[in-house]
Amino acid sequence: MQATSLHTAFDVDQVRRHFPILKREVKGKPLVYFDNAATTQKPVEVIDALTGYYQYFNANIHRGIHSLAEEATAAYEATRDTVQQFINANQREEIIFTRGVTESINLVAYTWARTNLKAGDEILISGMEHHSNIVPWQLITEMTGAKLKVIPVDDNGELMMDEFHKLLNEKVKLVSVVHASNSLGTINPVKEIIDSAHKIGAIVMLDGAQSTVHLDIDVQELDCDFFAISSHKVYGPTGIGVLYGKRALLEAMPPFMGGGEMIKDVSFEKTTWNELPYKFEAGTPNIADTVALKAAIDFVQRIGKKQIRMHEDELLRYATEELQNIDGIRLIGTAKQKVSVASFVVEGVHPQDLGILLDNQGVAVRTGHHCTQPLMNRFGIPGTTRASFAMYNTKDEIDVMINALNKAINLLR
Amino acid sequence: MKSIVEIEEEIVEDFSLFDSWDEKYEYIIDMGKKLKPLEDEHKKEENKIKGCQSTVWMVSELKDGKIYYRAESDAVIVKGLVSLLIRVLSGHAPTEIINAKLDFIDKIGMKQHLAQTRSNGLLSMVKQMKLDATVYLAQQASKN
Repeated sequence: MQATSLHTAFDVDQVRRHFPILKREVKGKPLVYFDNAATTQKPVEVIDALTGYYQYFNANIHRGIHSLAEEATAAYEATRDTVQQFINANQREEIIFTRGVTESINLVAYTWARTNLKAGDEILISGMEHHSNIVPWQLITEMTGAKLKVIPVDDNGELMMDEFHKLLNEKVKLVSVVHASNSLGTINPVKEIIDSAHKIGAIVMLDGAQSTVHLDIDVQELDCDFFAISSHKVYGPTGIGVLYGKRALLEAMPPFMGGGEMIKDVSFEKTTWNELPYKFEAGTPNIADTVALKAAIDFVQRIGKKQIRMHEDELLRYATEELQNIDGIRLIGTAKQKVSVASFVVEGVHPQDLGILLDNQGVAVRTGHHCTQPLMNRFGIPGTTRASFAMYNTKDEIDVMINALNKAINLLR
Repeated sequence: MKSIVEIEEEIVEDFSLFDSWDEKYEYIIDMGKKLKPLEDEHKKEENKIKGCQSTVWMVSELKDGKIYYRAESDAVIVKGLVSLLIRVLSGHAPTEIINAKLDFIDKIGMKQHLAQTRSNGLLSMVKQMKLDATVYLAQQASKN
């Protein structure tokens, strides 16, 4: 596909042309892809960047003196600059490439938390965390004797901020919360959380897996200490992500993994670490996917986050309205501020049965606990059916889903 | 008594009457609804075959050299598929069950439900049914 410039007005048909996968059929029906909170589809620009890297300048980076190595290094580092600008980080050294949000959180857990926490300290997370923002901290509490405390969630799927303020005391050294919930769509009041936590000297990590694609991220304005991003949820490739960290914290942290690239000098007696960001990027990194991540961010910025958000908000509004007309449906997650995630249960119907019958009608949704089992327990349900929308989805597709849902429910009841 | 293969063929023939996916699923859902519920006493942890999304409980017993299975699931489509598996395997000798290829699942277009990604416990169910058969076979062998 040619790199056509997009109109200033948001044109979903034009956007869709950039995503080759949307042309395919599933079970003989046009694909309706509503599992964007799990992963987004990739525009041709990203696919081209990925294959282009292997076709034209594949080389190991940072060390080689030859032209290919220089070009590959330049492309890899250009992504760092793009990410820095995308989330408005103060310095490029504050952008660390990881495999994704899970690794970003683990990196902070195994470096900052493992060396800074002791028995009696507390880590505060929320009741709507993905397992990746629960389990790493549990592992660290076992090592350090620190305690894990949980901000409860109310019936609308919003954090109970009164409880948060009660839980916040001098023992709390770290608050790690999800910016936007993958299961419910709730956008959390992270600014309030960050400011309050800082007042008592705690640092704050944000899981930006869902928020990065939908919201404008300005880490300096947020003043968060760490921010985690997954490329594949921002129309980029899988296997690459970002950890943003404030420079002073990153400087003070020990390395996460040892190996090549992350060292300055190695001897059997003593090894010294490379400077930021390389201290945290041991071994040959995921060069190809990092290079293609730039294409994804460029693509999102070219279309415009604001335009995308307006489109997605409208899809969410329409879907919520239409879903509520279905008999026996209960929306899970009715927060005032949401990203485009519609999660629901249907009375007397197992989510998995719905998922299977929707798939047979070409509609891809996610069913189950969405890796947030404690949250599902909070609502007393085994899981939900979740439709999550991206820039390329349409109201017509929502109509297809609603019809498919009605058909599925009729079959199941 | 029909052999496992004969029952499989019967099911394949039943399904060949359906023209569309929804007729197939309507039938499976109906089978699921009709499956005799498992008594609550059997719905305990040790009888659980856990998938990522749905749960299957299964018990088996050996009577006169034949294995009889009973099972239930919290999801109705899985329950229907479980019901088909019971129809095929229950009442047969351990060796016949262990060697069953269960090609009918593919032939009736339900192979995807055995795929790893489905994580719905059905694949684990088949494995557990065969494992039970292996255990009974070993028990029989040790008695002889």
